[in-house]
Amino acid sequence: MNLAIRDIRHHLGRFVLTCLGLALLLGVVISMIGIYRGLVADALVLVRAPQADLWVVEGGTRGPFAESSRLPYDTRNAIARIAGIAEAGAVTYQSVQIETDGHRQRLFVIGYEPGRPGEPHGVIEGQPIDRSHFQVIADRRSGLALGSTLRLGGDDFTIVGRTAGHVDSAGNPVIYMTLKDAQKLQFQLLGGAARQQAARGESANSNQVNAILARLPPGGDVAATVAAVERWKHLSALSQQDQENLLLGAVVDKARKQIGMFTVVLLTVSTVIIALIIHTMTMDKRREIATLKLIGAPDRTILALIVQQALLMGGISFVTGAGLITAVAGYFPRRVMVEAGDIAVLAAVVVLVCAVASLLGVRQALRIDPAQALGG
Amino acid sequence: MTASPAPLVSLRGVAKHYGEGSARVDALKPLDLDIQAGTVIGLLGPSGSGKSTVLNLIGAIVEPDQGRIVLDGETVYDGGWCRRDLRRLRLEKIGFIFQFHNLIPFLTISENIEVVLTLAGRTKAEARRRAAELLDYLQVERPRAMPSQVSGGQAQRVAIARALANSPRIILADEPTAALDSERAGIVMDLLRKVARDQGASVIVVTHDEKIMARFDALHVLRDGVLVEPS
Repeated sequence: MNLAIRDIRHHLGRFVLTCLGLALLLGVVISMIGIYRGLVADALVLVRAPQADLWVVEGGTRGPFAESSRLPYDTRNAIARIAGIAEAGAVTYQSVQIETDGHRQRLFVIGYEPGRPGEPHGVIEGQPIDRSHFQVIADRRSGLALGSTLRLGGDDFTIVGRTAGHVDSAGNPVIYMTLKDAQKLQFQLLGGAARQQAARGESANSNQVNAILARLPPGGDVAATVAAVERWKHLSALSQQDQENLLLGAVVDKARKQIGMFTVVLLTVSTVIIALIIHTMTMDKRREIATLKLIGAPDRTILALIVQQALLMGGISFVTGAGLITAVAGYFPRRVMVEAGDIAVLAAVVVLVCAVASLLGVRQALRIDPAQALGG
Repeated sequence: MTASPAPLVSLRGVAKHYGEGSARVDALKPLDLDIQAGTVIGLLGPSGSGKSTVLNLIGAIVEPDQGRIVLDGETVYDGGWCRRDLRRLRLEKIGFIFQFHNLIPFLTISENIEVVLTLAGRTKAEARRRAAELLDYLQVERPRAMPSQVSGGQAQRVAIARALANSPRIILADEPTAALDSERAGIVMDLLRKVARDQGASVIVVTHDEKIMARFDALHVLRDGVLVEPS
């Protein structure tokens, strides 16, 4: 006869409500971890999307994401000619803000050379860019429909293709356009500003890029190629792994620590809450526990009653919380990645938390004097 | 001339005090008490007279300061407990009946009895069968009902059934009729008498309840921790 389940069944309404509250709390813990995973995944999308082996940036910088980087466009030809490099492509990165239907949103614009490294992979709707100008591939998170028009920098761009899950490290959707269009958007001054610069006798150089992406032939030596590129002192080169580490270290690390701390605080709060609930449930059963002791129940029976209830409460709450967050993860403004590995680890943590939280109740229960069952 | 049978409960020079120095209270001064099998005895006295202490000592809930306690032929205390597992001792030898029946509210009537049997090592089926026998013996209906769904008199019958589950030969009852009216109190006392007679048990009842005074085989009165003659 399982006393824990009998007691839960007797106070089912209270138990369900308690589990629901706890499920929401554990759901927040799961979503915190999911948000962190999403942050990392979002940050790496930009770096991984071009499927490059080498990132060549302005000398002395760690660009183009952690620091700004500018290179003359013709650097791409010089890089492509280096021994050990199979192909190279120039790219630009910039953020813009657009307003559609009175709604403002930020977009991350990537300029690339069609047919070269930097071209987006995974166009899920429409087609790749097949003209030199005024075509855009937009991530579906931008809400820009296929065939619709987007006005940027005084030009109208047609959405010809859509990607899924292409966002920058801040979660803003990415749009892709040709390098020429992106250069014009990023470096060419418009109207009055251009006229003022011309009046000052300065010439605008818009033929710049932020990085050169290079691919090596299969089995190519990345380290040797990096060394070859860096023989030119005005260039820096980073391997794909260096670029990923840099982005995670510089851009995501603080967010990771912040979310990690918050998760620890939430788990601590969960432990305290479970402990208090178990404490209250134990206090409510003082007379029953005293009676059980008096009629001969050993300590392990009392201990099982309390620990099983704590574990059941934690288990049911965790499953409910995980199910809830998995169901609503897609509605979060940023990516929330609920991964099976994280769920398994957190489930083990919740079991531990419940065991620790039940210690207070167990201690109290074991101290209850059986004589309390006697008398009025 | 035949020798009288050995008492089922025997206390020799058993004493208990609480506190030390100026705060010392002698709850029970050295006491001799013998209770025969098949009898229902009443333990009377005002509050603080020591009657609950006697119940706690016989029930192995409180350790005496001195003396010797023999229960059902086994010396359980002789200057120290003779058994390590006192809960097992209670499970095997003693049945408890409480003032407010103390049924476990989240177990059914039948499960309240089964739990004692499973604690003693009976199988689920055995426990269920024995519980049904006891409920039948004590004329309790609705074994699947929860304690909150039956009357006080019915609940007290279930409490008696639970006390009898493991066939103990010593029944300790703490104010078992205090919450009942005269009629139901009389029924409970008749049941206790039936148990004492049928099972050869000693039933020790702590009570203030004047309406049941005439139903005991013997009355023991305690005053200031000492047995006195009933007035």
